[in-house]
Amino acid sequence: MGTAFISSILFATVVAGTPLIIVALGELVTEKAGVLNLGAEGTMSVGAVAAFAVAHSTGNPFLGILAGMGAGILMSLLFGISALTLMANQVASGLALSIFGVGLSAFIGKPYESVALASVTPISIPLLSQIPVLGPALFQQQGLVYFSWVLLVAVAWFLYRTKAGLVLRAVGESPVSAHSIGYGVVRIRYQAVLFGGAMAGIGGAFMSVFYTPMWVEGMVAGRGWIALSLVVFATWRPARVMIGAYLFGGCMIAQMFVQGSGARINIPAQFLSAIPYAATVLVLVLISRNRSTIRLNSPASLGQTFLPDA
Amino acid sequence: MPTDTSATPRLAIKGIRKVYPSVIANDGIDLTVMPGEIHAVLGENGAGKSTLMKVIYGVIRPDEGELLWEGKPVIIPNPAQARELGIGMVFQHFSLFETLSVVQNVALAIPGEFDLPALSKRIEEVSNRYGLPVDPRRLVHALSVGERQRVEIIRCLLQNPRLLILDEPTSVLTPQAVRKLFETLRQLASEGVSILYISHKLDEIQELCHTATVLRNGKVTGICTPAQETPKTMARMMIGEDLPVCHHGEPGNEGEVRLRIEALSQATDDPFGTHLRNINLEVRAGEIVGIAGVSGNGQQELLRAISGEEPLADHRAVQMCGVPVGHFNPGRRRALGMCFVPEERLGRGAVPRLSLTENILLTAYRKGMLFSGLIRWGVAKKFAEDCITRFDVKCGGAGSEAKSLSGGNLQKFIVGREIMQEPRLLVLAQPTWGVDVGASSFIRRTLLDLRNSGTAILVISEELEELFEICDRLVVIAKGTLSPSKVTSETGVEEIGIWMSGMWPDAEKPGGTSHVA
Amino acid sequence: MWLKFEQRPEPSRTMTYLSPLLAVGLMFLSGLILFLVLGKSPVEGFKVFFLNPIKDSYGIAELFLKATPLMLCAVGLSVGFKANVWNIGAEGQLLIGALMGGWLALRFETSTSPFLLPGMIVAGALGGMAWAAIPAFLRTRFNANEILTSLMLVYIAELVVSWLVHGPWKDPDGFNFPQTKLLSATATLPILLAGTRVNAALLIAIGALVAGWIFMNKSFMGYQMKVAGQAEHAGRYAGFSAKRSVWIGMLAGGAMAGIAGISEVSGPIGQITEHISPGYGFAAMIVAFVGRLTPIGIFFSSLLMALLYMGGEQAQQYLNLPSSISKVFQGMLLFFLLGSDVFINFRLRLVRRRK
Repeated sequence: MGTAFISSILFATVVAGTPLIIVALGELVTEKAGVLNLGAEGTMSVGAVAAFAVAHSTGNPFLGILAGMGAGILMSLLFGISALTLMANQVASGLALSIFGVGLSAFIGKPYESVALASVTPISIPLLSQIPVLGPALFQQQGLVYFSWVLLVAVAWFLYRTKAGLVLRAVGESPVSAHSIGYGVVRIRYQAVLFGGAMAGIGGAFMSVFYTPMWVEGMVAGRGWIALSLVVFATWRPARVMIGAYLFGGCMIAQMFVQGSGARINIPAQFLSAIPYAATVLVLVLISRNRSTIRLNSPASLGQTFLPDA
Repeated sequence: MPTDTSATPRLAIKGIRKVYPSVIANDGIDLTVMPGEIHAVLGENGAGKSTLMKVIYGVIRPDEGELLWEGKPVIIPNPAQARELGIGMVFQHFSLFETLSVVQNVALAIPGEFDLPALSKRIEEVSNRYGLPVDPRRLVHALSVGERQRVEIIRCLLQNPRLLILDEPTSVLTPQAVRKLFETLRQLASEGVSILYISHKLDEIQELCHTATVLRNGKVTGICTPAQETPKTMARMMIGEDLPVCHHGEPGNEGEVRLRIEALSQATDDPFGTHLRNINLEVRAGEIVGIAGVSGNGQQELLRAISGEEPLADHRAVQMCGVPVGHFNPGRRRALGMCFVPEERLGRGAVPRLSLTENILLTAYRKGMLFSGLIRWGVAKKFAEDCITRFDVKCGGAGSEAKSLSGGNLQKFIVGREIMQEPRLLVLAQPTWGVDVGASSFIRRTLLDLRNSGTAILVISEELEELFEICDRLVVIAKGTLSPSKVTSETGVEEIGIWMSGMWPDAEKPGGTSHVA
Repeated sequence: MWLKFEQRPEPSRTMTYLSPLLAVGLMFLSGLILFLVLGKSPVEGFKVFFLNPIKDSYGIAELFLKATPLMLCAVGLSVGFKANVWNIGAEGQLLIGALMGGWLALRFETSTSPFLLPGMIVAGALGGMAWAAIPAFLRTRFNANEILTSLMLVYIAELVVSWLVHGPWKDPDGFNFPQTKLLSATATLPILLAGTRVNAALLIAIGALVAGWIFMNKSFMGYQMKVAGQAEHAGRYAGFSAKRSVWIGMLAGGAMAGIAGISEVSGPIGQITEHISPGYGFAAMIVAFVGRLTPIGIFFSSLLMALLYMGGEQAQQYLNLPSSISKVFQGMLLFFLLGSDVFINFRLRLVRRRK
């Protein structure tokens, strides 16, 4: 197992983990405000197809990202209207968004199924990319990978070092108290939801424009759900999201591991593909069993509909 | 105390009206508060006091009426505007955030400023000046209820309010802490701050307030000077008739022990909860035992251990009618004759969206309502109708939803449901909290009748007046431990008040986090 | 002046029944707009999508055929949803049920016993239950959220099916297509109406609806689950076992989904392939909600959902639109239902600004 192999494994892990980081951080902000948006899978799918369509017709991948983000915002707006304005059950609204989004993306994406998109050249960071092993793995990546790192710092700083972040956390902790003090709970929650949608859209865009530059129905393959699980695994703390995302990323490229390691194990491809999903279940179990930890870290009002009383 | 009546009122409200779909909360209310005046707003539960305060603080917009602040008409569209005018409010149910620190909580109520170290300093200054000791860095969930109230007050004081509204501030305090609060309020009044003091406690209003406006059913029924009134006359303004008198009667002879708690120690897995330590208690047939205590000292945990909602490792820690039930779930304990009226009516004692008939099944299903796993709805309906009649529950019939009932009527229904099961042991938590005077009196009389017919009754309450009215014996819970028991007629509010701070003879020396004011 | 939502003192009875109809109406309306946006005549689109499938008696029979697995899954899911047990993995339970029943059929492919078919149905139910038992166990024992766990199991189930039909169970005479052998006549569900494909599974589905109704309205266990779903603390206060609710909720959904799975395999499909279910497990959730979690509602809403599926196929054939347009309609229907439901508890009021 040469250093080149390790480097490429690291590289692939980072790539696979990137959409998870972006989507999970978006969802983390949403959940910190007390809103449970289960629509990430649908939002990612629509983001992916929108990004692909725009990148293909304009030839500009950056416009594709913007399109993905815009689509994500629109989708999460639907969720916001349902769960925040019309006060429907958040779980049902999120599921509706996922079902609708996956279906909508399949519908819109039909004409693009056998279309090719030019791959995008990675961006190499000048000095850092020369570091042995780590250089090629970490610093010759797509722009969105670097974006995911910046996003992590930005979200953490926002939540814990700004007043707006404090207000958001307060809303998630007790919307009734925040309302009594005079904060616009619904408005703040909308902002959190739209941010989460934008991130999910960007995550989807990464999948279809950079990761595998193509569109296939179902290509998101559960990553939205895995990102949701990631937020629980990270006990709603931004730093842990990155660790978890790369762990899952590693699971996703298990096939590469096995083949590249040279070991002569004849495992059916489906088994290797199942690893991320099984890992998600395992991780959920490990984190959830400590009810005290969950109680202390999850936003107290998560999933509860807020009814402005007057 | 003297107020200059020729000066401009700090706040004058005229004709405030607020209508909700099911009730007129405020019906043309006028109120005037002068600078430096401590003005009581007196009324029983449901009279419209909280709604009026929310209007003043900008949380709610009134349907009609106007507000004049220092002589000039104003509109207060939201709490931020109210604070800018100089109005501060301390809510009955605190608007604090448990997982955040004191200084973070304060920062949330103050516009702009986000310099936490500077804010901490200011918090310390104010807390020292007004005798409200609190540590800015502590997380709110670790504070006692009394300390939390101090945070709420400091939060208001930091904005230099000219009018301070306090909504039922003493329901969570020991009598001694109430004294301290009154000192703080008098100091503020002497500095020119106007205070609106919402309460239904006549003796406190007499002690503290210069003027009182009395509300009943959303209307003003009188304005008076408490010092010149008696509790009787104020009560008459408050409820329209004389306060009902409860004849305590004599407790029966030594009945059998129906509930025995023996060396109960239970650690809680709730990070915000209280551990129970070495609880011992006996309740006999034909007596009412009361457990007094400030909220947050283990009442919830003790109740869950008794009702069966929290299973115990030690089977013998709780015994009912001689049977160890520590490992029994609530259903099995009910089979032995236990009934329980919990503190939360909607969501625990009754399911809000289900009808009264359906809510009967919640605990009374043993009364012939089941037949090999299927429900006999006819029997349940009759039971519900009987309950409604016997316990004077005003509602839209057995088919109406639980949440459509007023607090008092729902409480009567739940108490009735439990009593109609002819319990051998009845446990009640906060039985008349948030309940109007009429229903309160009814419930207390019913409990006394029940006691006389031989039921063992345990009442856990934060309302000392209620406990002294109906209980034969009293104990106090503090920091998860129980005091020795005292016969009610041999003690008084002062002594129990001291005990509520954990300081009874032979009490454990305080150590670790304190949960008592 | 603006519009505001004002809470009703009591939920509106009328709106509880009207809301699904409102949602369906909104869906029709959106459909017309959608066709317009796609460059098709709205009237033409409406006709092809909604009316074509049921224009003859064969079409109506197909409607019932397609509605059957939806009915089965939805009634099972509704038992759980009423108790706030969110079984999102019905799709996976359906597949595993199909595998278990299918395995029995393939193992005894030469048998002519009348017990084979009932045995397959039972195997299907058991398979679905087993797959649903996993999230149930993880929730009751480890407090793991059943939405995420049951969903992950869907992906795993799909992979299991894929592995089996590509590998060990592949039909040796099947030209290397990923599918199993065709099931024998003994292992196929009998047709109810000659000339159609409607089979005995419909009777099972209707039986399930009746059983579901009795369970939810007349049984004490059903009551306990209703309480647990609406007010968790009340359930605990009453001494109802929250764990039992979770188990029953998940297993009911799993069993019904499993039966739906095997009834597709031993019915219209006739073998195990990678395309046993076009998302019935997910569509069934919509059916359950639109049907207000009641058996009668589910009966009608499953017919509607079946119509949406068939409409998609028609649209593909006659309007040159991808068949996934069904999914768009399904999603829209659920959204509209969630939106319309607001009127059950709230009224719209015009609020004037005070001068």
